[in-house]
Amino acid sequence: MFRVRFHGRGGQGAKTASQILSSALFLEGFEVQDAPRYGAERRGAAMFAYVRAARAPIQERGVIARPDLVVAIDDTLATMPAAAVLQGVAQDTVVLIQSAEPAEAWRPRLNAPCELLVLAPPPGAAAQAEAPFGGVRCAGAAARLLGVVGRASLERALEAELAGLGERLIEQNRAHALAGFDALAPHAGRVRGDAPRAAEAPPDWIAVPLDDAAIAAPDIHATGTSAASPTGLWRVLRPVIDYEHCKRCVWVCGTYCPDSAIRAGEDGRPNIDYDHCKGCMVCVTVCPPHAIHAVPEREAA
Amino acid sequence: MSRELLTGNAAAAWGARLADVDYVPAFPITPQTEIIETLARWYEGGEAPGRLVMLESEHSMVTAAAAAAATGVRVFSATSSQGLLYAMEMIYAVPGWRAPFVLVNVSRALATPITLEPDHSDVLAARDSGFLQIHCANCQEVLDSILIAYRLAEHARVRLPAIVNLDGFYLSFTREPVKIPAAAEARAFLPPFAPGEVEFRASKPVSRAVAALGSSPYSYFRYQTHLAALEALGAYEEVARDFERRFGRWHPAVECYRSEDAEVAFLMIGAFSTKARDAVDRLREKGVAAGLVRPRLLRPFPQAALRSALLGRRAVAVVDQNLSMGSGGVLAGELASALYGCRGAPMIARFVGGLGGRDITAEEFEAMATEARAAAETGEAPAPRLLYTAAELREVRKLQAIALAGPREAGGRS
Repeated sequence: MFRVRFHGRGGQGAKTASQILSSALFLEGFEVQDAPRYGAERRGAAMFAYVRAARAPIQERGVIARPDLVVAIDDTLATMPAAAVLQGVAQDTVVLIQSAEPAEAWRPRLNAPCELLVLAPPPGAAAQAEAPFGGVRCAGAAARLLGVVGRASLERALEAELAGLGERLIEQNRAHALAGFDALAPHAGRVRGDAPRAAEAPPDWIAVPLDDAAIAAPDIHATGTSAASPTGLWRVLRPVIDYEHCKRCVWVCGTYCPDSAIRAGEDGRPNIDYDHCKGCMVCVTVCPPHAIHAVPEREAA
Repeated sequence: MSRELLTGNAAAAWGARLADVDYVPAFPITPQTEIIETLARWYEGGEAPGRLVMLESEHSMVTAAAAAAATGVRVFSATSSQGLLYAMEMIYAVPGWRAPFVLVNVSRALATPITLEPDHSDVLAARDSGFLQIHCANCQEVLDSILIAYRLAEHARVRLPAIVNLDGFYLSFTREPVKIPAAAEARAFLPPFAPGEVEFRASKPVSRAVAALGSSPYSYFRYQTHLAALEALGAYEEVARDFERRFGRWHPAVECYRSEDAEVAFLMIGAFSTKARDAVDRLREKGVAAGLVRPRLLRPFPQAALRSALLGRRAVAVVDQNLSMGSGGVLAGELASALYGCRGAPMIARFVGGLGGRDITAEEFEAMATEARAAAETGEAPAPRLLYTAAELREVRKLQAIALAGPREAGGRS
């Protein structure tokens, strides 16, 4: 069985990538299963989607704990603990990162025992925060890495999954999917699937104790706990204040910020709390002197 | 017939489409909404005939469904979790109207705390209502079971509404290959509803569902619903055999997988039962005679089939993805009552797991089989167990430390 996990941000097409790959494998005669996994839908937040494919009906269900192939559509997720890209990755797992940086740069950062490959993003994409076509590109690359999907099946799967987008968009997506497929040609069939797995330890079951009712209800007594949730990780565009042109009318950006992430500092200048700014760019729109600029997170970081 | 990749929700919509339903009263709720969205798109685009009306709540939705069914048209609806519970007054009321329709429930765990992922506590709250219940393990079963459910519900000796249940996420949002029968084949299996006296004509008024304040009429009418539900056991066999004859897929009331000669059997319902199948194969490879017994039909309760599947087995590990507060797993209790006093009854080991979508791992299936076999060996029933690890409790303690920071300290008596 092949077990593949696509990691992306909401809106980058990880779910679509999983569906295209799954469809292509289905066309090649495999039994398949695909599903997305996310909480309450949030654009920009880390999510993943998975594909299983086998020659016999699939009885496994749910999240893939031990993947054969992991694909990070967005390289900013690769080292983000909350995205859990490397979860269950082992020696024989292939990890593919879509990134403008080479594998040598990623190997020490990931520090994981795996086969690491890098897929160059579409030309010019580095400057674009949303990484358009990154998903389909990775779908094509993943198909090639499995080595059991032909070009024709990939194209047919893409057409079927994107039907309704219109011919022009399908054409653009096709070009990117095939570019991903071709780019990984030297590694065709690199993912073996069903590599032998070490036996897991028996479950460490415990008896759940009876707690006092005071703590046994889902109540939050502490205040400000949402500060512990780094929603800034969902951001793909960063608002950056140009203090040369900022007029310090901080109430404008500060009032319009839907996350109360802009406050006035002691010097009267607005400060952006990047741990909680989700990158909606409302401040960029409302700033009277146009002193806030949208910068792709990848460049700003 | 075509074979396509469909989510469980899309398979449910296809089931309703192939059943040629006339009317769909609807109300959205995660993870069910995709079903009514799909039907709405088909009806709006003229791809299928039918009428979908958005009601203002699930309570009204179930009322509208039963009222429409009482006029003799074919009705479909779908809900989930809190929505099913919001409709609960009518869920218990409408079976006595003896007007058949099909309601899909996409299982999602109940509040409190509110969550999105599945377990079966929602649908089991409807267990004693008079709705027939069919539980699905994969997306193909979802489509097939809806067609079977209409035949069963509309059966002249049954005439009761039916719930077809599928797990949220693990089926609702998961695509699998599904054979979609041709419309003509589906129609040959499920012809238009022949309502007989179930009709509404202005010239022939009927006062339906009137009060019966005396206990003798009350007992009579309640027991009639019960007898009709029991009648569905035989009718199910008849309908499922006809389905098999036409489509080549056998959906028994109780699925038995390698259980005939099993020493230890898993008993569970729903999507995770396919994981139990996997576990059975692995255990067999290791020399353990394991099997799976899976009731698809839960109401009426297939007591005879369960007895025949389990008497003579040494142990059964019941995996309940539900929790009856102050009692434990519902299926374990139901099974015990079916097997009590029978010669050759197996030892029952009770497990509750998969609450709120919690995974049940391959290792856990093997550990459950081990515990059940050990219990059979000693002859002592083990204490019921929640599938819950030390790591999970540590995670909760961390969250409590955040939530209770300040005057209170996390921790409790053990």
